[in-house]
Amino acid sequence: MAFARSRQALAVTGVLGLALGVAACGTGNDKKSDKAGSAECAAYEKYQGNDGKKVSIYSSIRDIEDERLQQSWKEFEDCTGIDIDHEGSGEFEAQLPVRVDGGNAPDIAFIPQPGLLKRFVDSGKLKPAGADTKAMAEQNYSPDWLKYSTVNGQFYGAPLGSNVKSFVWYSPKTFKEKGWSVPTTWQELIDLSDKIAASGTKPWCAGIESGDATGWPATDWIEDVLLRTGGPEVYDKWTTHGIPFNDPQVATAVNQAGTILKNEKYVNGGFGGVKSIATTSFQEAGAPVLSGKCALHRQASFYANQWAKGTKVAEDGDVFAFYFPAIDPAKGKPVLGGGEFVAAFADRPEVQAVQTYLASGEYANSRAKIGDWVSANKKLDINNVPNPVDKLSVGILQDPKTVFRFDGSDLMPAAVGAGTFWKGMVAWINGKDTTTVLNDIEGSWK
Amino acid sequence: MTTASPTVGAGVQPPAPLTRAARVRKRLNSRTATLVSIVLALLWTIPTFGLFISSFRPEDQIKTTGWWTFFSDPQFTLQNYQDVLFSTGSSGQLASYFINSLAITIPSVLFPIAFASLAAYALAWINFKGRDWLYIGIFALQIVPLQMALVPLLRFFSTGVTLGGVQLLPAWDLVDEQKFAQVWFAHTCFALPFAVYLLHNFISQLPGDLMEAARVDGATHPKIFRTIVLPLITPALAAIGIFQFLWVWNDLLVALIFAGGGDETAPLTVRLAELAGTRGNEWQRLTAGAFVSIVVPLLVFLSLQRYFVRGLLAGSVKG
Repeated sequence: MAFARSRQALAVTGVLGLALGVAACGTGNDKKSDKAGSAECAAYEKYQGNDGKKVSIYSSIRDIEDERLQQSWKEFEDCTGIDIDHEGSGEFEAQLPVRVDGGNAPDIAFIPQPGLLKRFVDSGKLKPAGADTKAMAEQNYSPDWLKYSTVNGQFYGAPLGSNVKSFVWYSPKTFKEKGWSVPTTWQELIDLSDKIAASGTKPWCAGIESGDATGWPATDWIEDVLLRTGGPEVYDKWTTHGIPFNDPQVATAVNQAGTILKNEKYVNGGFGGVKSIATTSFQEAGAPVLSGKCALHRQASFYANQWAKGTKVAEDGDVFAFYFPAIDPAKGKPVLGGGEFVAAFADRPEVQAVQTYLASGEYANSRAKIGDWVSANKKLDINNVPNPVDKLSVGILQDPKTVFRFDGSDLMPAAVGAGTFWKGMVAWINGKDTTTVLNDIEGSWK
Repeated sequence: MTTASPTVGAGVQPPAPLTRAARVRKRLNSRTATLVSIVLALLWTIPTFGLFISSFRPEDQIKTTGWWTFFSDPQFTLQNYQDVLFSTGSSGQLASYFINSLAITIPSVLFPIAFASLAAYALAWINFKGRDWLYIGIFALQIVPLQMALVPLLRFFSTGVTLGGVQLLPAWDLVDEQKFAQVWFAHTCFALPFAVYLLHNFISQLPGDLMEAARVDGATHPKIFRTIVLPLITPALAAIGIFQFLWVWNDLLVALIFAGGGDETAPLTVRLAELAGTRGNEWQRLTAGAFVSIVVPLLVFLSLQRYFVRGLLAGSVKG
């Protein structure tokens, strides 16, 4: 009985104490800008007048990249007095719809999937971007990019960061030692692969395991190749279901990718046979490039962060990337990539000010200087990009010959692009034939 | 013939008949059974043990070789723990999220226990109309998956309750630390059906004579509840306490939705999920992170486990 009573007392004091603590912490810490008039803030004049306001941002960017993000808009916060509250989550794609449906939407979300953005437009939750934001975005981004955040003629937000997926990672050191040269055409790439295979090393390594997103690296392969064999028009029709998923042109692309990915002579350097691709995690798949057990690894620019600490990522370093060559040079320089869009669920003036600022050249340069970031922003000065791979990416994105297309699996409905397409690719790697796989995926696209 | 058979049967039976339970107990106490259970326990622990070893290995070792290479090539570092616990910036600081986890867990355990024991007492010992139906209703609520309630509950917090254009309850409009209240509310709601059910089974088995005697002596319901029922159901309370503690401590979904990911309210689990970085390239930190988050539940479980087993039996065995 004494036990019960002391227990009760404990419970009551515990709860009371916590409640008081919460109330005490609840008093706000309004940020006031005291630098607003100073010279360094001159560039932010047009965003001023929202002192003490708060804007919440939700995205999938977390950890070290989150830190860099906060640092990139620090000056903007200090000068305008707008407090940007960023929250990054690994469950972003699943959580955002729950929060929006629950009436708890963030002011701004960085949405990496145009398909998801369209979904929010269709349900009437997303607010169209303001006139200033639109003007800023049109100035700084190519129409290729803007069309992905334009739904039914209405513009919903500018792109932010981007990544280039059409890269093949290699080791400049090994290449120099063995006298190999970086291929610039598809034929050279195949010739090089044969040469390496003949020397006893499997030339390619790949891995598509990625937890519950297993399969996505293979979808990038297919998209990249289709962009080369079919061209951008076919690609656009394919992602919008203008042609069926199992169209013969798509089958051609898949088979072409298969000449590398399903070729026992070519894969899977450092891991085993073709089937080991399905069980190798994408984070580790490129590691044999460093140890010399494989020579080529096709993966996006962001793979630069995956190399072991101390690896020099540069043209004269341990690893670097070259552009995944075009098959038919007459079709231009196709580039597959991804990125996120700054979409807003609120249209308060401070929210629009942040949206406009994030679309500006000042922001792009401010973020790029901190490192590990690429954007298709035309005002981005390539000299502000510190890291060689990012420089290469920016160069490709700003090249007028570049035909940019967004990652197709992000454009398709989630059930296909983040569902049956992924699973289909796993089955394909595991030995299912192209026709069956494509028919299955087509059947799932309602 | 028919009259003779019982005597024949009785003669065949052994002099000291073992009950079924005793036979099972005897068999489980044999040497083979002990050996099997030890082997099973070892097998079961291997993954956790491997994770533990990994947490002390340097990053490049974790990423390139299996934990068993530790024995042939021991390399020891505390860097992973240093990273997750104390490093400044966003890569670690689990230490501060620890507090958030406690601030979420303790009230989320105490509230449902308090409400459920009151409700269970009322349902068992106070006669009122529709009591059984109410009990069946609460019992049935256990099968509602909490995922179904997430969006409505979130809407309840963010927009309040409106019925036919009339605002019945206002929006909560909580910011920063105040969001703890939402998480407590959510966890309490989700825990109540099971807690009421378990405690009701326990309380309704208490001898009725006890209550009657107390009532004859002039005790009221609050008095009976406090002085007779509460001390008797301590094992059951402890069992629910552990259940609920482990559930809330390990919960990610409810915290993600109702507490958000901000550093003011996010618990350990939310932080752990982000620890690996945007593209999962820092996953070596998860090894140490897992062991940091395991410490508290392990302590709770070990210190209360004798109640746990007793309480488990309490709810399940009836009559």
